Amino acid sequence: MTENIVVTSGKGGVGKTTTSASIAVGLAKRGKKVAVIDFDVGLRNLDLIMGCERRVVYDFVNVIHNECALKQALIKDKRFENLYVLAASQTRDKDALTQDGVQRVLEELAAEEFDFVICDSPAGIEKGAFLAMYFADRAIVVVNPEVSSVRDSDRILGLLSSKTKRAEAGNGKVQEHLLLTRYNPARVATGDMMSIGDVEEILGIKVVGVIPESEGVLAASNSGVPVILDDTSNAGQAYEDAVARILGDEREMRFTEAPKKGFFQRVFGG
Amino acid sequence: MGIFDFLRKGPQNTASLAKNRLTILIQEERDRSGRGAPDYLPLLRRELLEVIRKFVNVDANAVDVKTHKDGDHDVLELSIALPDKATGGA
Ligand SMILES: Nc1ncnc2c1ncn2[C@@H]1O[C@H](COP(=O)(O)OP(=O)(O)O)[C@@H](O)[C@H]1O
Ligand SMILES: [Mg+2]
Repeated sequence: MTENIVVTSGKGGVGKTTTSASIAVGLAKRGKKVAVIDFDVGLRNLDLIMGCERRVVYDFVNVIHNECALKQALIKDKRFENLYVLAASQTRDKDALTQDGVQRVLEELAAEEFDFVICDSPAGIEKGAFLAMYFADRAIVVVNPEVSSVRDSDRILGLLSSKTKRAEAGNGKVQEHLLLTRYNPARVATGDMMSIGDVEEILGIKVVGVIPESEGVLAASNSGVPVILDDTSNAGQAYEDAVARILGDEREMRFTEAPKKGFFQRVFGG
Repeated sequence: MGIFDFLRKGPQNTASLAKNRLTILIQEERDRSGRGAPDYLPLLRRELLEVIRKFVNVDANAVDVKTHKDGDHDVLELSIALPDKATGGA
């Protein structure tokens, strides 16, 4: 059984692509056969984060328009032989993706016995975002502890429960995972940032993971190595935990408390 | 927090401000979109109307069905507006 997982958020720049890359790699590391698809037509980026930008020959839209076979467009990862990337097209034609086309690609991936297909959604609630979520079995809703991001993710949760194939067919809803990213425990401690509990309470759903704001993420995107492969970074380890939880393991939350400050820091601030 | 923090701090605890604003806004937006309501509500409303019309001649919009939260419970609320003088059915 192939599971389609959409990574979505409504708001842009919250960490969807970062998350898609790390979740895909995390699943592949555990031996799963994984494809990760960039749905952001016109703004291809996943290839850079995955480090395969020089090897894109055909893209998602080429496959949908029958300009190549799916096999020709799937880019095999250099690190994991069971991991494939399908790049977004650079076309500016917003109607390049069609529902039938997306369905056919997902069916072909299912026939190739992929375990997981990760769909990296564009921002917004327009066609691209709709198609990325429509065939989902599960959703990872990426949210930052910030007002507009939380509000947008509530809209997205609403769409997941009404505008998806599962919702329409009434055969069990899309399983929702809330992933809180760019979390800064020090700012939460001083009351400048909403806490995990605040976000959970507002949205009425528990988080599946918390990814701290981390310098490792920029270093990872600079080098084209998804941050989950950097086990010295907090964000990488937090993604590792999130993947484990998505697969049903229990893991304690880490990196969610501000480091205890020393005496001088407490007196003089910092 | 250091003893000099008051020198550079703006208004305190903006996080709780954010939480309160969002709680109100999101509740409103959910109510407006009819979200969270079970999808059988329209059908339930229609069938109730049919049953009630066997006994009382009510308007087509006399039956209102909604759900709301009361603490931890979901409450299903029915309200049926009877005509001024309830007349016997057909
Ligand atoms: N946990 C994090 N810590 C620091 N920076 C992050 C983190 N997650 C994402 N970013 C940065 O935020 C920006 C947007 O991330 P991206 O994954 O492209 O978001 P989206 O796909 O939602 O638009 C990027 O510059 C990325 O490096
Ligand atoms: Mg993106």
